[in-house]
Amino acid sequence: MTSTASPARRTSKAGWNILGLLVFATAGFPVYWMLDTAIKPAKDAIDPDPSLLPTGFTLDNFSRAFDIADFWGPVGRSLIVSLSVVLIGVVVGMLAALAISRFAFRGRKIVIVGILAVQMVPLVAMIIPVFLLLNDLHQYDKLTGLIITYLTFILPFTVWTLRGFIVNIPRELEEAAMVDGCSRTGAFIRVVFPLLAPGMVATSVYGFIQAWNEYLYALMLLSQENQTATVWLGNFTTKHGTEYAPMMAGATMMAVPIVVLFLLVQRKMAAGLTAGAVKG
Amino acid sequence: MSAADTTTPAKVPPPRQAPPPGPPPRPRRPASAKGGTATPWLLLAPCLLILAGVMGYPLVRLVTLSFQKFGQSQLWGFQEPESVGFANFSKVLSDGDFWQVVLRTIGFTVGAVVFTMVLGMLIALLLQRVSGWVKTLINIALVASWGMPVIVATTVFKWLFDADYGILNALVSKLPGVDLIGHNWFASGPEGLAVIMLLVVWGAVPFVVITLSAGLTQVPAELEEAARLDGAGSWGVFRYVTLPVLKPVIVMLTTLSVIWDMGVFPQVFVMRNGHPEAQFQLLTTYSYDRAFVVNDYAQGSAIALITVVLLLGVVAVYMRQMLKIGEVE
Repeated sequence: MTSTASPARRTSKAGWNILGLLVFATAGFPVYWMLDTAIKPAKDAIDPDPSLLPTGFTLDNFSRAFDIADFWGPVGRSLIVSLSVVLIGVVVGMLAALAISRFAFRGRKIVIVGILAVQMVPLVAMIIPVFLLLNDLHQYDKLTGLIITYLTFILPFTVWTLRGFIVNIPRELEEAAMVDGCSRTGAFIRVVFPLLAPGMVATSVYGFIQAWNEYLYALMLLSQENQTATVWLGNFTTKHGTEYAPMMAGATMMAVPIVVLFLLVQRKMAAGLTAGAVKG
Repeated sequence: MSAADTTTPAKVPPPRQAPPPGPPPRPRRPASAKGGTATPWLLLAPCLLILAGVMGYPLVRLVTLSFQKFGQSQLWGFQEPESVGFANFSKVLSDGDFWQVVLRTIGFTVGAVVFTMVLGMLIALLLQRVSGWVKTLINIALVASWGMPVIVATTVFKWLFDADYGILNALVSKLPGVDLIGHNWFASGPEGLAVIMLLVVWGAVPFVVITLSAGLTQVPAELEEAARLDGAGSWGVFRYVTLPVLKPVIVMLTTLSVIWDMGVFPQVFVMRNGHPEAQFQLLTTYSYDRAFVVNDYAQGSAIALITVVLLLGVVAVYMRQMLKIGEVE
């Protein structure tokens, strides 16, 4: 490609590349600094004139992080909540997505608008009535209460995303199966479902990440003893200041699995989320 | 990803020509099912029931709360909540602090959204011009920052901008004539909010870049070529060819960003260790503060409701765009 480019072209390409590397360095720096601080010996991590490069490798900050507050309890609770929410969200969302993508019925448009609108209400605005509601139902400080609450933002997301994946599967495939003697349900199970599986996996993983990352409801609806993993990260700031090196170790433990999961599904999701966005 | 490839049927290639001028063609209605009208509603029932319970009911409660007196004693059931008409709203709206918070929120949102969109657009355009390996590097950095949990990103930024040991002060102070050693970014509201805005933008740009990059691949090369032959410069091509094609995506991203950035909460909350000072209050934290710190749940609800109403216009634009898109099937 560049072999036939003129010298002028090549210098401009080099210029763009330098600019690109600057963007890379700026965007990536916070992530790098988190990892770097997490593995640095404590005395180098807390240094008024810190070295930009790793000065050594130690896991001390990680063990300090475990000492400061119980880590596995919150992680276990986060897992229970996120997995339950995703399971309910994908099953229920799937049925709803089928309805709005494969059936014509009166009120379809209103349902679509409703589901979209629900997504648009800021979670923060809902915290007061949700808190009072769970208080009335004696679900305050219970994981079930948090799971129910998380469905407010996970369910619209799963419905809309799965709908995007279903719409991309040509209807003719189902029709052909039905001509060959399948029932409507049979056609769905044998034809659509297998094609939908990757999209469902991506939606589940992404939904899991969203539930896992939620902070405000977890903080408000669970007591100090029953906090989830995101709230756990707040333990490093006390009246005496912040323990930064262990906090970065904790942040690393929280971020790495999630970023890896995210990497696995990001491409598929980006395609699903913006499917048709440019076809307007 | 061979399994993923099967989901994009060869039968329906994405249209590669520019969208036709004028109104979009009427969408095709989905073929009616033989199952009558009961089937779709049965399929929708669980979803609608859950949403009515966890969203509809609390929303109604939010509205009724706004017109009641509801504090600590009502929470514990010592007193029945009584209706007070518009008292909460008049109290909120006549409060000078509240208007400051509104202005601050609007300023913060506009700043964050403009910053996000402009930066996102520039990086998306840059990605078209760099070599493959640089593109890969940028994509890795973007996806990593996009995938970071908000709370983690917030703690990392707190560390970067720490007054005494933060790397940022140390690095910037190496520049000649700059001395920020020990500078506390959170001593003043505007500076602290600028840091928080940077954090929000850093987290939001990747989604914008990746979505716009996908959009840019849809811009027909022939059109750009033709514009260039007609004597348009780079800016002209961008202004008259690229932008019109990207417009639906840009509208969608901008409205989404406004909605997200108005809803910024954990970033402020965690940065300020759970107690944002007056000069850091945005509508979301202010509503929370009224409800859970002052224990005036009714006033907090009134503020939350005002926030939702402020957002309605933006939501309407987003919905129109989504319906246009969603119905093209």
